[in-house]
Formats: sequence, C-alpha cells, structure tokens
Amino acid sequence: MTTNISFSLNGDEISYEVKDHWTLLHLLREEMGMIGTKEGCGNGECGACTVIVDKLAINSCLYLAIEVDGKTIETIEGLASTDGILHPLQKSFVENGGIQCGFCSPGMIMSSKALLDENPSANHEEIKHALAGNICRCTGYVQIFESVEAVKNMGGQNE
Amino acid sequence: MKQFKYLSPTTVEEAISYYGQHSETAKFVAGGTDVIVKLKEGWMEPDYLISLKKIEEMGELHKNDATKELSIGATVTHATLEKSLMIQNEYPIIYDAVSNIGSLQVRNVGTIGGNLINAVPSADGAIPLIALDGVALLQGPDGERSADVKNLFIEPYKTILKPGEILKKITIPPQAPHTGSAYTKFGRRAAMELPLIGIGVLLTLADDLETCTKARICLGVAAPTPMRAFDSEKFLVGKKITEETLIEAGNIAADESQVRDSIRGKAWHRKEMIRVYIKRMGLKCISIIKHNS
Repeated sequence: MTTNISFSLNGDEISYEVKDHWTLLHLLREEMGMIGTKEGCGNGECGACTVIVDKLAINSCLYLAIEVDGKTIETIEGLASTDGILHPLQKSFVENGGIQCGFCSPGMIMSSKALLDENPSANHEEIKHALAGNICRCTGYVQIFESVEAVKNMGGQNE
Repeated sequence: MKQFKYLSPTTVEEAISYYGQHSETAKFVAGGTDVIVKLKEGWMEPDYLISLKKIEEMGELHKNDATKELSIGATVTHATLEKSLMIQNEYPIIYDAVSNIGSLQVRNVGTIGGNLINAVPSADGAIPLIALDGVALLQGPDGERSADVKNLFIEPYKTILKPGEILKKITIPPQAPHTGSAYTKFGRRAAMELPLIGIGVLLTLADDLETCTKARICLGVAAPTPMRAFDSEKFLVGKKITEETLIEAGNIAADESQVRDSIRGKAWHRKEMIRVYIKRMGLKCISIIKHNS
C-alpha cells in the first residue's frame, strides 16, 4: 500500500514513496521533517496546516499525500529566499504585529499568499473571506489583516 | 488512521467495477474533506478508498447553450462554483450557499456531490439545488437512474444511493424569465459555522413583475432532511409579492418546519429566523428580478 509519487515542493522536483493513507501534512512534517507547516486541530477547522497546492490554499491535514502526484506544492519554507531575505508577507507580519505566538502564522501567511497571487489588489472584505478558515488564538486578527493589506499590490512575490 | 489502498479510476464504469470487486470494504471519496475526518476518527474503516477525482466528466461544470440546462458534475468544488461568473450572475442562490461553506481551504477541495451525499441536515449545498428543481443523476452496478435532489435524502447521513452507486452530476432545468433566487445561512458567527437555519427562496414573477407564478421555499436544519415548505409556496403562487405576503409566507413556513432544540440553537429562535429571513430573501429575489428586467 505504498505508491511512488512525484511533485514539485517549493521549486524542487521530489520523488517519494508514500503510504496511501498518509495525509500531506504527515508527509511534510513526519516523513520529510518540514515542520514549518503546523498541525492544529487535524480536522480542517483551524487552518494551521494550510499549504498551497496548484495555486489553491488547502488544509494539508485533510489532503492525502498520494493526491499531490504531479502537482506543485508551496509551503512556508519556500517563502524566504535562500540567503534569508524574508518574503514581503513574512516581513509585513513581523513589522505589523501580525504574529504573537506564531503557531497560526505559517497557515495565515500561506492563505494570504494564495489570495494575493490570485488577486493582488484584494480588498479588506476579500482578505477576511480568504482568511476565515485560519484561526488565531492570540486574538490578532486586526493586525493580521493589516499585515496583508500592507503587502497587497505587490503581487505576493519576492522583490 | 487505518491503512487502505487508494484506487484512482478514470471512468465511472471503472469506479463501479472497483466497488464490485471490493464491495463493503471499499468507500468512494471525492474531495475528502468529510471522508478524511471520518477515517481519522475511525468512523469509517475501508480497506480500499476509491477516489472519484480523476473522472473527468464528473468534474465538469457547463450550461448547454441550446437547452439552457445547467450541468454540475458531482466533483465540482465549492470554490469552482463560487468563482464562476455564470453561477454568480445566473444562479445567485448557488453562489450564496457555496461561498460560505466551511473555509476557503475546504471549498477549494470539498465538492458539491460530497456535500449532498454526506446528507447532513445542515448541508448548505442541498438547499439551492432543491430550490432550482435540481435532478441528481446516479450510476451504479444496475445502470443509471435519476432522482430529484429533494428526494435524495432519507434521514440524517442516509441517502437513497445503493451500495456501489455514484452521484455523477446534478442538472438544473432552464429557469423561467423573471426568476430571482437567494440563500442565507444564519449562524452565530460569520465564518466556519454550520447554519442554525438555512433559508433558500426562489420566486418567479409574471410579466407584471408583481404576481408570483412560482415559489420555492427551502429550509435546512428545519427537519431531519432538507425540506421544502409546500404550504408557504402554495400561499405565494398567484399573489402579488409584497412585504406583507412574504411575512405571511414566513409565518406559514415557520409552522411547517420541524425545527427542534439542539446544541447550536433553540427551536423558537430558529422559527423566528425563518420568518425574518424568508422575508429578506424574498425581497432579495424581487430586487434581483427587477435588476435583470
């Protein structure tokens, strides 16, 4: 009950032997050691495990690893450049107080990136709609929305 | 989570044949946003998971230019419907319902067919399809059959689907001119919430843009399965639609509903919200009709 799959992960072409019942979150964290993506509720309620698959934000806890065969995955690890320069969204979350304990941040940032990649001029309502599935327990939503607003129109891309 | 073998057929026939080989030890899965939770919790323990995602025809959304019939493949995601300009403009009641199911992460993966087959009393996706007189096309070991979406549901978590049968698509017949439709999910918070009550209204007006010729009043969480308030609909047909007639339609529907107390809300509160939102959704239908006329 293992299957060999190939996918792009943060720009790298990966080939991996996965068990059919693994979730994408399990593959990333427990097998590949990429622990930037967090596990919160494990049931698709909290958004801490959000990654981008083929340009769509998804809950990696509810997505089978085997289903990423042939797809393109982006995780929080792929955002900063290799020389350590933060992605504009990461920088903005730091500068605007969009981070407190940091547990929801990878998911928040990946949801925000998926939104801005698709709609670089998203308005406040569109930002709220896109982040509705990301729960923050430090009650930082206002700062989080401000963090996203501060980078919109920059295309969510590295400068 | 129990280990299983993942099967990925590319045709409906192949999917049905896999089920034939493995029968009860197999489960079908579409987006997986409900199924994977059930697997994790141990409520479902299949040896084989038969994915419907690679079946192309089941993922198609299109409107037939000649017949004006809308066809929604069962594995079309909520987000695909939400982002479709055709759905936004011509079927606002579908947009209203799917744009607030779960989160964007869930809507990017979860499917309209899965929402129906899961058969929860609160299924947001079911209400608009019932209001639009949607028909479900099923295929199984014994061939194809169809059923009104309204009649898919037997009781909570139970549909008329037989073992090995697949919901392939939902078709929506052409809408009459001067038709407006709207849905609202009433809950305690704006996001990541199941509805306390779901209210869908569809109205068709005569050429005078006042007299109602067709009405659909559909309610979620108002009974064990999604329901139509037939008495309320009958009351509206032939009447001039005003705020007063809509208030009365709301009163009738509240009486027809089988709302009950639950952990999320009380029956009396649900009844009050049925009254409030049938009027509001009715007025929204009228404003859509006037806008398009």
